[in-house]
Amino acid sequence: MSVLWKEFSKGLWKELPPFRLVLGLCPTLAVTKTADNGLGMGLAVIFVLTLSNLIISLVRNLIPAKVRIACFIVIAASLVVAVELLMQAYAYPLYQQLGIFVPLIVVNCIILGRAEAFASRNPVMPSVADGLGMGIGFTLSLTFLGALRELFGYGTVFGAPVMWQSFKPFSFMIEAPGAFVCLGLLLAGMNFFSSWNARRKGGPDAVVVRSECGSCGMCSLGEKKG
Amino acid sequence: MNEYFLLVISAIFVNNILLAQYLGNCPFLGCSKNIGTSMGMGAAVVFVVVMASGFTWTIQKYVLVPFSLTYLQTIVFILVIAALVQFVELFLKKVAPPLYKALGIFLPLITTNCAVLGIAIICQRKDFGIVKTLVFSFASAVGFMLALLLMAAIRERFEISRLPQAIKGTPAGLVMAGLMSLAFFAFQGMIS
Repeated sequence: MSVLWKEFSKGLWKELPPFRLVLGLCPTLAVTKTADNGLGMGLAVIFVLTLSNLIISLVRNLIPAKVRIACFIVIAASLVVAVELLMQAYAYPLYQQLGIFVPLIVVNCIILGRAEAFASRNPVMPSVADGLGMGIGFTLSLTFLGALRELFGYGTVFGAPVMWQSFKPFSFMIEAPGAFVCLGLLLAGMNFFSSWNARRKGGPDAVVVRSECGSCGMCSLGEKKG
Repeated sequence: MNEYFLLVISAIFVNNILLAQYLGNCPFLGCSKNIGTSMGMGAAVVFVVVMASGFTWTIQKYVLVPFSLTYLQTIVFILVIAALVQFVELFLKKVAPPLYKALGIFLPLITTNCAVLGIAIICQRKDFGIVKTLVFSFASAVGFMLALLLMAAIRERFEISRLPQAIKGTPAGLVMAGLMSLAFFAFQGMIS
């Protein structure tokens, strides 16, 4: 049980995507105009990530190592098609809001990164826990970033007005530049907080976030094959 | 003619695939350490994006639509792109070894670059014809390369500047991207 909890909870803080493991930045930047969109995207990712981890870990011993990436992509793509159809049926406005980023879940490095780094090497239950934890962490991060941008950009959170009457929306936040700057500053804030926290506990200076795209594992794939 | 000119300008500057549409951030932050690498990555992306859009357009038009399989778009497109990348890799290895040497290591990464799938899907959603698809995808990829090169140039400079520990690396890269995106934002007034 404690193993499962460990795998589940690491996605919530220690390896929180996209802040700690810098994975899946494109949807993070693109769909967080409002908290609603961030939450919707996050839920879609939870669905795909948990099921893809489950399936990949079930068939992990059947897949030859050479074609594993192709297999992961097919599994992820099938799940994404399922999500697309479900969203078209039950959440059409959200589907339209998220636009091309729903099909693009398939190339989100979180899915393939977790498949490669975790699900293809671990039994079923830990893989599901890992997928669920990472998915929930991703959802929370997206919702938080969305709420922050919505708060300053529109003066609302989840569509409910929260700012005072004379508040002038700061439209920089909801445009593309705001997304980059906002995420960059949040990452810097996380780094600062963790090194401050480590120093307070008297430990060694915290490891700065593994913030290279290397954490997605994609970059090493080409080398291994050749 | 005018129409195509506008399409190119808007794809490169106004709706820059990276800075305005947020596609392809992973290589943008990962492969922008020096100008040489980003040049190779950019060239590989241009090459693959144009081929992938052409292929996916053909498949959509002559296979998926006639057999009403359009709901399989995502899965078919990603498979086509993955196969295409493998094929291009083998082809270059055989036919143009110098080019393979220059682009080879970037090719496998491109399958999971969301710009490739993204551009193919954008072309479908905008209902472009084949010529427009090719022009648009070429221009978008050039826009991506431009952003990547600019970023690499800036990053080489701030490798040697003194930054607080917390903001080094990706956070600084993202803030930088934000400022560049702000600069590109100004182009929006150009086409109305």
